[in-house]
Amino acid sequence: MEKRTLFTNKGLGIALVVPQVLLIFTFFYWPAGQALYWAFTLERPWGGGNEWVGTSNFTQLLGDPVYWNSILTSLIFAFSATVLAMGVALTMALLVDRELRGFRVYRTVLVWPYAIAAPALGVAFRFILAPEAGFMAYLNHAFPGLWNPALNGAQAMIAIVIAYVWKYIGYNFIFFLAALQAIPKSLIEAAAMDGSGLLRRIRDIQLPLLTPTIFFLVVINLTDSFTDSFGIVDLMTAGGPNRATELMVYKIFFDGFKGLDYSGAAAQSIILMLLVIALTVFQFRFLERRVHYK
Amino acid sequence: MVERSPILNLISQLLLFLGLLSALLPFAIIAIAASHDLRTVNEVPMPLTPGPYFWDNIVEAWNRADLGPKIVNSIVFAAGVALGKVFIAALTAFSIVYFRYWGKMVVFWAIFITLMLPLEVRIVPTYAVAANVLSPYQALLDISGITWLVRQATGIEIALKWGLLNSYTGLILPLIATATGTFLYRQFFLTLPDELTEAARMDGAGAIRFFFDVLLPLSRTNMAALGTIMFVWAWNQYLWPLLVTTDAAHGTAVTQLKELIPQTNGTPDWHIAMAGTLIVMLPPLVVVIFMQRWFVRGLVAAEK
Amino acid sequence: MAEVAIRGVHKSYNKVPTVHGVDLSIADGEFVVLLGPSGCGKSTLLRMIAGLEEITAGEIAIDGTVVNALEPRERGCAMVFQNYALYPHMTVAENIGYALKVAGTRKPERRARVAAVAQSLGIAELLDRKPGTLSGGQRQRVAIGRAMIREPKVFLFDEPLSNLDAKLRAQMRIEIRRLHQRLGVTSVFVTHDQVEAMTLADRLVVLNHGRIEQIGTPTEVYRRPASRFVAGFIGAPAMNFLTGTLAADGRIAIGSGAGTPVTIGVRPDEIQLLDAPLKGTLDFEIELVEELGTGQVFYGRSGEMEMTVMRNGGGEAALPRSGQRLFLKIPMTCVHLFEVESGRRIDLPPSRLAAE
Repeated sequence: MEKRTLFTNKGLGIALVVPQVLLIFTFFYWPAGQALYWAFTLERPWGGGNEWVGTSNFTQLLGDPVYWNSILTSLIFAFSATVLAMGVALTMALLVDRELRGFRVYRTVLVWPYAIAAPALGVAFRFILAPEAGFMAYLNHAFPGLWNPALNGAQAMIAIVIAYVWKYIGYNFIFFLAALQAIPKSLIEAAAMDGSGLLRRIRDIQLPLLTPTIFFLVVINLTDSFTDSFGIVDLMTAGGPNRATELMVYKIFFDGFKGLDYSGAAAQSIILMLLVIALTVFQFRFLERRVHYK
Repeated sequence: MVERSPILNLISQLLLFLGLLSALLPFAIIAIAASHDLRTVNEVPMPLTPGPYFWDNIVEAWNRADLGPKIVNSIVFAAGVALGKVFIAALTAFSIVYFRYWGKMVVFWAIFITLMLPLEVRIVPTYAVAANVLSPYQALLDISGITWLVRQATGIEIALKWGLLNSYTGLILPLIATATGTFLYRQFFLTLPDELTEAARMDGAGAIRFFFDVLLPLSRTNMAALGTIMFVWAWNQYLWPLLVTTDAAHGTAVTQLKELIPQTNGTPDWHIAMAGTLIVMLPPLVVVIFMQRWFVRGLVAAEK
Repeated sequence: MAEVAIRGVHKSYNKVPTVHGVDLSIADGEFVVLLGPSGCGKSTLLRMIAGLEEITAGEIAIDGTVVNALEPRERGCAMVFQNYALYPHMTVAENIGYALKVAGTRKPERRARVAAVAQSLGIAELLDRKPGTLSGGQRQRVAIGRAMIREPKVFLFDEPLSNLDAKLRAQMRIEIRRLHQRLGVTSVFVTHDQVEAMTLADRLVVLNHGRIEQIGTPTEVYRRPASRFVAGFIGAPAMNFLTGTLAADGRIAIGSGAGTPVTIGVRPDEIQLLDAPLKGTLDFEIELVEELGTGQVFYGRSGEMEMTVMRNGGGEAALPRSGQRLFLKIPMTCVHLFEVESGRRIDLPPSRLAAE
């Protein structure tokens, strides 16, 4: 899309995009290409460049149950985080949009969690959910041994999902509320005149009109839950216990920088990239059909 | 509000209050934990009333994690990234919306696709590039044979090197490219009436003049929204600063949190850790609270 | 002040032609109105004069200089836009003075000239306000002020009154006409509103599908429309068209008959409404009556044909009502004849017309 009136100075137009193009080439496309190169080669042990090994990095990875485990945990994390963060945020936004008493306070406060750094969140929730101190200690006091994410993998997963979801509710809430407030009040009133109640209106009017926002947020939430989860995992569980929370992005970092296995980490990066791209494409192909754009 | 049903309103209020509680509870627990001493904080159950050691713990966390210089670093880093993103996004969107040249759509899509390549995914090779930003260009020269040609012709060996590790540039520059921001600005520019451009042209303003006199002032709301989001985003970055800043001098506040929770020997000093967390989470929270009005308005335009 | 010459101008968007060879010369100080339905190319023509659209073929000269390759700012034109296009972030004074600022005029001079222009438009007390706080009429004045301050050789107006309510529109029309009398600047005004066009123009240019249908004074265009299109476009309520024939001796007959088939046009107010049939009258069954105060408009049908008839005065007497049958007499001296295929006007000497 472009304007009816354009400036005629082509040279200037090109000069204006050069900075961004240089940046994305240097820091996005070159590294992505580099990862591809590394993924198909192995560094010779005593230097002297890389040796072409074909797909062996990939076959090795895909034959490794530890790697499959990280894919599985990532998927579990991504889907539960997306569903929870969006569901709660949507409910809150719908309620705030009714403009009941005190809605300004809710509107303000519910955004706050978005401002908190994932790692800070990780630390905070690690304390809040720590079995021996903080909040959950009450529970363990009553039922000894009930809650211990340091030993129980499922509970560790629940813990990182809670921490992550808490932050993203704030993020989704902003978008949902903005979109809801953009729906003309007259539509809601017309539906009410037609005799439809609150829940019906939500289903028949508000949700269909929200579909572009919902779609956009599903794409963002899924992508982010694969990538933005690093800080929380690193500070809350460090992938444990027993790899129960070793998400793909954490494993890339761990193998690449701690294990210095660049080729393995690069192959993992490629798989993660493909997964993210595939999910995005899938959503555009199959979910976007149900979106009502104006 | 159309309904006048007290029961429905009661349920709504209850749910909202529950939401409010769960949004605020973590803040409260952090603050309370930060106000006790080590023994009290590890008591089971932890008291739900604030203790007297809040200020002591803040000071202790501040000193232990060396937060003073780290917060300065974080501010420089986050502000640099936010300003850089806002400016480069405006420039790119201006070019894409208001000019016509060959390859424009290629550029637009190339920028858009970077959305699907978040930093975490290409972290290892990006780190390698940061170690020498010019390495892609060196490689291009090598592959194209220019290095060889120059060596044959002049005897000079081309060796481009510009390392970014442990520098503000290295922290900021790789994070400045922005698909989201470019997209937001593009959407905004597209909503501006064509007549505005035409009026400016009739008034004799050229492209640059139009950009600075009309577009930038008109996009103040968007700039505020984008700036806020990007400041918060950059402040909260963890992985990149963790890798790029190996010396303590350039570390950021968020990466410093790890100093407060030793991974070894058991239970951390939670009261100090919580005090540190409180300090680190405060600046972006203040920015969001302060900018909230702008921030939501700017997003509405962004998302349509 | 300058004359504008448009010679053989064409415009195509992506190879689709929208303006097909327009020739028009506008005299110094003349007020020319381009009139036509939407999509007829009138705005495109105006924007080509302004330099906002490229000219595909042909040339435009202002004051004797061909301006095809010149930037808008170098052409000496000023433009008033339909939606005013005021810079929302600048005050009224900044809006009016922006062209001078770009041109590098010093601040004291700028301020003096802005004040003078604002004074003459009666908006001096608004100078510190932002456009968002102004009413439609005030914005319109600011937009005109912004055009005036550059002391342009040519004023261009792109449907500037269409966003105003009816009363304000009539008022602004008079003001624009006055302004033109005072400044005497060559002006080109685009509109789709025939009342606006008739009242403002020294000369009217009617456009359709990218071609000029007719150029003439408002009276000429109304009295002697050059084509069926012009005849139907100008005048309210619109002209009635009937099929008929023109015999070799100049006799005109409604319906089929001997001679060349023609389209007969007759304005609603030229038709006489009778209670009883006479020789050559048509049946008329009224379907709808509109009371205008000064007269009435009757919509109905005569056989298969839809007809509109207007009658002046006569509000007190018993009004014909819908469903009533009356008779129409069409005075053949008042009709306009058009070729069926091309729609072009057929001119007959008055002596032959009178022969009916």
